[in-house]
Amino acid sequence: MIEHTIKELHEELKSGNVTSEELVKESLEKSHEVQEKCNAFVTIMDDAKGVEVTDDLLSGIPFGIKDNYSTKGILSTGSSNTLKDYVPFFTATAIENLMKHGCVPVNKTAMDEFGMGGTGTTGHTGIQRNPWDTTRMCAGSSSGSAAAVAAGVYPFATGSDTGDSIRKPAAFCGIVGYKPTYGMISRYGLFPFASSLDTCGVLTRSVEDAAIVVDAMKGKDPKDMTSWDSSNIHLYDDLKSDLSGKKLFYIKEFLDKENYSSMDDEMSKHFDNFMEKVELMRSLGATVDEVSIDQNLLNAIPSIYQVISCAEATSNMSNLTGFSFGPRGEGNNYIEQMTDHRTKGFSSLIKRRFIIGSYVLQAVNQDRYFKNAQKARRLLVDKFLELFKSYDALVMPVSSGVAKKFDAEKDIISEDDRSALEDHLQIGNFGGFPSITIPDGFVNGLPVGINFTTNRYEDQKVLNIAYALESHMEYKNQIAKEVK
Amino acid sequence: MGKYYVTIGLEMHCEVSRTNTKAFSSGRNEYTEEPNCNVSPVDMAFPGILPVVNKEAVRMSIMMSQILHSRIPEFMYFERKNYYYPDLPKGYQITQNPPEECVGNGGYIDIEREDGSTFRVDIDNLHLEEDAAQSTHLYDTTTINYNRAGVPLLELVTTPCLHSADDAITYLEYIRSIYQYAGISDADSKKGQIRCDVNISISDDENTLGTKVEIKNVNSFSSVRDAINYEIERQSQLKDEGRYDEVEQETRRWDESSMSTVRMRSKVDAIDYKYFVEPNIPRFKIEESWVEEIKKSIPELPYERKAKYVSEFGITEYDARIIIKDIEYAKYFEECVRLGADAKSAANWFSSQVLGYIYKKDIAITETFMTPERLAFIIKNINEGTISSKQGKELFNLVLEREEEPSKIMETEGMKQMSDDSVLLDIITKILDNSPSQIEAYKNGKTNLLGFFVGQVMKETRGTANPGLVNKLLMEEINKR
Repeated sequence: MIEHTIKELHEELKSGNVTSEELVKESLEKSHEVQEKCNAFVTIMDDAKGVEVTDDLLSGIPFGIKDNYSTKGILSTGSSNTLKDYVPFFTATAIENLMKHGCVPVNKTAMDEFGMGGTGTTGHTGIQRNPWDTTRMCAGSSSGSAAAVAAGVYPFATGSDTGDSIRKPAAFCGIVGYKPTYGMISRYGLFPFASSLDTCGVLTRSVEDAAIVVDAMKGKDPKDMTSWDSSNIHLYDDLKSDLSGKKLFYIKEFLDKENYSSMDDEMSKHFDNFMEKVELMRSLGATVDEVSIDQNLLNAIPSIYQVISCAEATSNMSNLTGFSFGPRGEGNNYIEQMTDHRTKGFSSLIKRRFIIGSYVLQAVNQDRYFKNAQKARRLLVDKFLELFKSYDALVMPVSSGVAKKFDAEKDIISEDDRSALEDHLQIGNFGGFPSITIPDGFVNGLPVGINFTTNRYEDQKVLNIAYALESHMEYKNQIAKEVK
Repeated sequence: MGKYYVTIGLEMHCEVSRTNTKAFSSGRNEYTEEPNCNVSPVDMAFPGILPVVNKEAVRMSIMMSQILHSRIPEFMYFERKNYYYPDLPKGYQITQNPPEECVGNGGYIDIEREDGSTFRVDIDNLHLEEDAAQSTHLYDTTTINYNRAGVPLLELVTTPCLHSADDAITYLEYIRSIYQYAGISDADSKKGQIRCDVNISISDDENTLGTKVEIKNVNSFSSVRDAINYEIERQSQLKDEGRYDEVEQETRRWDESSMSTVRMRSKVDAIDYKYFVEPNIPRFKIEESWVEEIKKSIPELPYERKAKYVSEFGITEYDARIIIKDIEYAKYFEECVRLGADAKSAANWFSSQVLGYIYKKDIAITETFMTPERLAFIIKNINEGTISSKQGKELFNLVLEREEEPSKIMETEGMKQMSDDSVLLDIITKILDNSPSQIEAYKNGKTNLLGFFVGQVMKETRGTANPGLVNKLLMEEINKR
């Protein structure tokens, strides 16, 4: 039963075929199964209880919360040892908003430590395995949320997206990942990674469910100055297939097979699959153009991301000293105690990013790195703002193929030229653009995804385009089936 | 002063105490002795918190910027100043930087010295930021009080334009009074609301600049004076001895116990604060209409009030200057006048007796038992002739000593000016009877001997006699003889 969509579950609940209590129980049982298989959770709330069902679509429905959302009275670790016993006394606004609709949290999902990773392998409780193939990653950082939703633990889990942390794991797990416009959902209570890029969002198995959930999460929050009033936007009510007559584009440089020296069978099939979907969209009345963008600008994407996200992260995480929360470090003075806390608490990957962040912010380096990255970010965003004047949306395949094997795990920027395709979703964070990934088929038996991005505040448009394509494919609400 | 030319720049941090909440959080902004009770999750930097700009604090900073004739930027934003310290919960301070982006850029203020001469202080910048928590270092442990974390702070930076400790203090005192008059801060150094950094150098003449030494965290104006004088002395001595190259561009701190400055770090070891824009606070436009509105709301400032006191109340420039120094003094004085005390007498009593008392006791004007009501009562009784001025002083002291109402003390002590003709006449007759030679001399033209007779009467009556009446009766009685 729990594998149904939100609307279906709501109807079952309303008609009395199932109670909220039964759904919660089923979801908890499923959580333990998926925990066994994928290690998707930091906390499973076994004492979660069903609630009274109202006319609200979300009432009584279980869901998951990424562990970087502050939840009052519930362990919230951000998958980091620095917060391994941290139980907050306030709840993130986005979660508070959701809870007002009567949905029931049943677990906290594991992630890359503080969202700083794209593999789902760096959290303090171990690696998250892909429910389609447990020898593969989910990608990250919303790895636990993606695994759980794909495995059918519940219809949705919250995520957060700083570079592609919702949209890439969604693709690798064969589900929907929606990152709304920056500031549409309050970040108050979301453990920060890089504040100018961090975006709350959701992982679901259908565009419709994504619309329902974000409708509930969003809203201007007096506690977040970057949040904005979206009360005139009703994503679910106004959801409709809207592809005919839409002008889309993809970036030529990323999809030209000639540009890749290491093009392999998997990547080639992934490209072909994408082009098939492009043809499908054309047949549905959309125009899809190939647009060429200055290669230098595109090459700058991963550097811009590294510099800005590491700089903001090193500052954002300076509060983690073990003095007023987190385990107190050992030492004879505050410097030793702080050093001990941070040395033991953070994984080496995060420390590496802190060093980069510190380096690029140093007075002697700032102009060359941080300020330059900000300028390049502006140039890149301006280019897309210009394109969005003539186009409705950017459409791109997600990643260079299917979920990676664990032994391929890497955080360093690969010299491999196909890595270009691993970073382009960051454009959505640079510009604060709404962006959604939906499953668009299989390559070698594993799911792949397609992504749409529109101009800021055009969340309805991006959902409607995705909704249209989704309805002409057969991957809506798919549950992971183990291929091995 | 000494033979070298002294150049001083000041950084004055003043807590904005008059907002309801903190600079970037909804934590209460209120001074209290009880630690850790005005704290929000934001102030302790729990994971996931975000800053929200306090509009009232921005309004006050814009007002101060206008008072200082500074340029207000069209858009406002904040920066993060990153450093680790246990009393800095976020690991960074939200502040403004560089000067041209601060709420006040450039500007000046004219200051009056006690002798009436004036000098101009040039402003480098005024910026709005948040305070850190307060750590108290005990014998083997350190406690942190987060009440202060996030309290709005205005930092006012002058150019190196001051040349003596006296001018520096006069400037600081005036700025403090402006903060009070403008309703921005109580600016109470006893509550740690004011802290200063002093930059100081010496040189042979005004055309050259010496090596700048910074003295950090000087927490009272008297310490600023001591620190400046100590540093002038220290640097001068080195220069005298031909060892000026030992004066290093460095940061020192004022050590209260040894009354000396102590080296903290050299310029070479200066902390790199890695400033960058605070991403959680979007740039916002400062509307011109708002700036105008704030300008209109600037209340009467100290020098304006001083001029009013001199012209309307007829008190001396000297007394007026003392009274305007602290808004609580001014309130006290005005209350006395409102209650019917003669303004000149009130100014006089206030600047000599009342201030003398609170300085001696080291208490605030608001803490003394000698309220404006009680002082006005005493002054009125003197001016109406009910008691003599000598009795007045006695009464003033007894009120403070016994903490009793002056009316009650007058009754129990029988303090009343002796105005009974027959009693006075008896005393006068007795004195005149005992002074035939003085009467003789008086009659022969030594009329200033009248003072001698008055003195005798006053002595006899322990100062309670009505001096006017004594004069009149004495003349009559002497003439009769």
